[in-house]
Amino acid sequence: MGAPVEVRSHGRFNGTAEGSVGRKPPEREFVRFTRLQRVLHACMIVSFVSLAITGLSLKFSYTPWASTLSHLMGGFQTAGFIHRTAAMLMFGVFTTHLVDLYRLKKREYKSWRALLLGPNTMLPTPQDGKQFLATMKWFIGIGERPQYGRWTYWEKFDYFAVFWGVFVIGFTGLTLWFPVFFTRFMPGSFLNVATIIHSDEALLATGFIFTVHFFNTHLRPEKFPMDTTVFTGHVPLAELKRDKPLEYEALVASGQLEANLEEPQPPIVVKTIRTFAWIALTIGFCIVVWIIYAMVFAYR
Amino acid sequence: MILVFAGWVYLGGTSLAGFRSASAHASSGGDSDTCLACHGDRTLTTKRGSRTVSLFVDGKKFSGSVHGALGCTACHADLEGKDLPHSTPLAKVNCGSCHTVEGEQHARSLHGKAVARGDALAPRCVNCHGNHDIVPVKDSRSAVAPLKVPFVCGQCHREGTPVQTSRKIDQHDILENYSESIHGEGLLKKGLIVAANCASCHTAHLILPHTDPNSSIARRNIAATCTKCHAQIEQVHRKIIRGELWEKEANVLPACVDCHQPHKVRKEFYTQGMADADCLHCHSNEQLKARDGRAMFVRAGDVASSRHSRVACSQCHSEVNASRVRPCETITRKVDCTQCHTEIGQLYQRSTHGQLIAKNDPNGPTCKECHGTHHVLGKHDPESATFATNVPDLCGRCHREGQKAAMRYVGRQHEIISNYNESIHGKGLLKSGLTVTATCNNCHTAHSVLPASDPESTVNPKNVPATCGACHHGIQEQFVQSVHSVVVTKTDKALPVCSDCHSAHSISRTDQLGFKLDIMTKCGRCHEKIAETYFETYHGKVSRLGYANTAKCFDCHGSHDILRVADPRSHLSRANVVATCQKCHATATRRFAGYLTHATHHDPAKYPYLFWTFWGMTGLLVGTFVISGLHTLLWLPRAFQMRRELKAEEAREKTSNGDGASGSISHTEGK
Repeated sequence: MGAPVEVRSHGRFNGTAEGSVGRKPPEREFVRFTRLQRVLHACMIVSFVSLAITGLSLKFSYTPWASTLSHLMGGFQTAGFIHRTAAMLMFGVFTTHLVDLYRLKKREYKSWRALLLGPNTMLPTPQDGKQFLATMKWFIGIGERPQYGRWTYWEKFDYFAVFWGVFVIGFTGLTLWFPVFFTRFMPGSFLNVATIIHSDEALLATGFIFTVHFFNTHLRPEKFPMDTTVFTGHVPLAELKRDKPLEYEALVASGQLEANLEEPQPPIVVKTIRTFAWIALTIGFCIVVWIIYAMVFAYR
Repeated sequence: MILVFAGWVYLGGTSLAGFRSASAHASSGGDSDTCLACHGDRTLTTKRGSRTVSLFVDGKKFSGSVHGALGCTACHADLEGKDLPHSTPLAKVNCGSCHTVEGEQHARSLHGKAVARGDALAPRCVNCHGNHDIVPVKDSRSAVAPLKVPFVCGQCHREGTPVQTSRKIDQHDILENYSESIHGEGLLKKGLIVAANCASCHTAHLILPHTDPNSSIARRNIAATCTKCHAQIEQVHRKIIRGELWEKEANVLPACVDCHQPHKVRKEFYTQGMADADCLHCHSNEQLKARDGRAMFVRAGDVASSRHSRVACSQCHSEVNASRVRPCETITRKVDCTQCHTEIGQLYQRSTHGQLIAKNDPNGPTCKECHGTHHVLGKHDPESATFATNVPDLCGRCHREGQKAAMRYVGRQHEIISNYNESIHGKGLLKSGLTVTATCNNCHTAHSVLPASDPESTVNPKNVPATCGACHHGIQEQFVQSVHSVVVTKTDKALPVCSDCHSAHSISRTDQLGFKLDIMTKCGRCHEKIAETYFETYHGKVSRLGYANTAKCFDCHGSHDILRVADPRSHLSRANVVATCQKCHATATRRFAGYLTHATHHDPAKYPYLFWTFWGMTGLLVGTFVISGLHTLLWLPRAFQMRRELKAEEAREKTSNGDGASGSISHTEGK
């Protein structure tokens, strides 16, 4: 691949070698996510898991699980309170991200056009289509693994899934939160429609996040047990080179790679992050199991 | 009394008729003035044997008497045509020549026969009626006016008179007893001239011994005699003597005097031979046993402190015969409480309990199983087994799980007693001590206990609203006007009654969580589909989680006053629905009320929007999962492949690291 060997040697799989190297300073890592982005992701996890647990306990009220959970949370009213608080947090995360995008535009891209149509855009591009097809070929063994850029097409899909979800679930959620207000200009039966949309969209979101998203970005066998990039913000250079060669090459080409390298997170931070991430993952899996149970075995 | 009075009047009438014919006959006869010329002299006397007898006739009294218009010879017929003054003596006056009926009756009577025998003590007309001063019976001056009759008779029948001492008369202290009896008191103390006097029972002229079958006081005639005044006395006695016996077997009936002793008539019965003391003479012996070994001991205090303290032994243990040394030896039947408690007995006989007994089923409870025997107490006595708080235990003796009634029971109710004890009624009764709380007999009745399947049963669905309504009247009023009432809804399907929602024995507080949640499954038993769709809504889901503070069936539809939604009075009618929503959603508007509380997304015809939204969302869901799932599945083998390659690479690096220090730096990709 033509990458400098000194960087390559510090891929994530030899992390234990660092100790044996002794006084040698640890290899610096590429900063993929800013501190704010990491915080927002963490907040989103807290918010999302809370929303999922409280919401699904109502959706699957016919399972004994739901009743137990609801009572554990202190009753449906408390659960409702948690749900709404978590929703506010989600809205907060969403808004903060938009503000952050605006600031990013001002700081680095000067124009929306540059931000949205540049090489690092989150918007789908023709290249994503090509990469998708190439990926399919790779999957079925008739092609090489495509050279992905900063954002792969599935990452973009995840990103916009959140956008879509926040709008759809958020809006229907608000109508259910303030039914009297919303029925001033909508028919009462809209609340029934909103309930279905809110509930099914939430089922889609939780199902998708706790299976597809978990797999795509955290649990892929080659990254097993966990990719902590979104929590630490750091990608080992070797991994960046392997996963996002286009981005790596662009960074090297523009000479910005060095500017985006940082010391690895202290072990205690990594440990804390792993603990948090494991909890979130576990809850997510439990919820998936619960959903499957409720949908397949307990559905009335 | 009226009859007697009428009798008197009647007798007076016949006398009067006699008198009229006599006066017509006598108008041509002797003149009383002629007689009075001599007999008007107060000093006129004659000697009869050794006695000096006054022959004075008070002309004034005579002319004022009932016979005043008659001449003397009308009675002293042997003077007719004789020269005056006449030679003594005159023949005895025969009143019967005019008063034929009375004369004949007297001749047949005990008194008349004694006269015929020449009994010196035998009374003639004159002994009771007097002679020249006879006034109509209705005249209070009459010697035989009702008020005077006891004295007239008492002349001879008083204690100590020759008649009473020398003649065989069973009764003693007749006059004294009479004067203390209810009749004597009425007549003598209260001046009720309609009260029975001697003649009322014994008749005036046809007095016969009670052994004579023609006597008014003969055993078989006594009832007729007494009922001359005590009309319809059998109505009063139905509680004592079963009704049909009056008609069918009058011969087995006791005569009035068996209970109400002659001359002593009071509400004091059985004082002779059958008094409680006579029974206790034997039955106070603790060792007393019947032939079959049953203890026959009776604790006198049990009866004395019981509800029946004023009831004599022989009133319950009937068939006793006072003429026996052991009056009880004639007893053949068990105590029959229905002798007095007739109506209750009739109810009991119709009841399941009574029918069991009728079939000689040993499981059937008789009166004493619940009420006890000698120590029977009223239901208001806290010591009584039938006192409200003791009733569950009482019924539980047989109806508790495992006991004989519960064993034979085949219905749906189980753990009846323990469920009841935990129910709102049971707790109210047993924990809060509210004796007005419904206990077994309030719903099942005490004596008409019938299975719910019996249309007569108080717990038959048809009757349940009325049964519960006995206490919950206000609720019943609402219920009978609701859609669930048979009055309102005509259907061949079973309509719910109180017990269908509230259960029968485990009725719980309606303001508590358990009931509030449970009631929805009760509604759902009949309203299956609508309940199912309710559980698809937010309200239903929260309820299903186990919380009551969300709208449940009754919050919107009402509970006892449920009406069709189309009914303007319904809580959900167009006029009322917003107010109903506002009970929880204070600011609810009409459009808000358009929320579909029973929405389902499975009905494309009724709720097309919901149906298509649901399937749209489902399509989105399935599509997304299928695509991303396939993507992931296809990815897996590649991902594993990458993992293997990385592992291999790592292993290579490890070995090279082990070979020499800082060797890692000189590695190349090698690909």
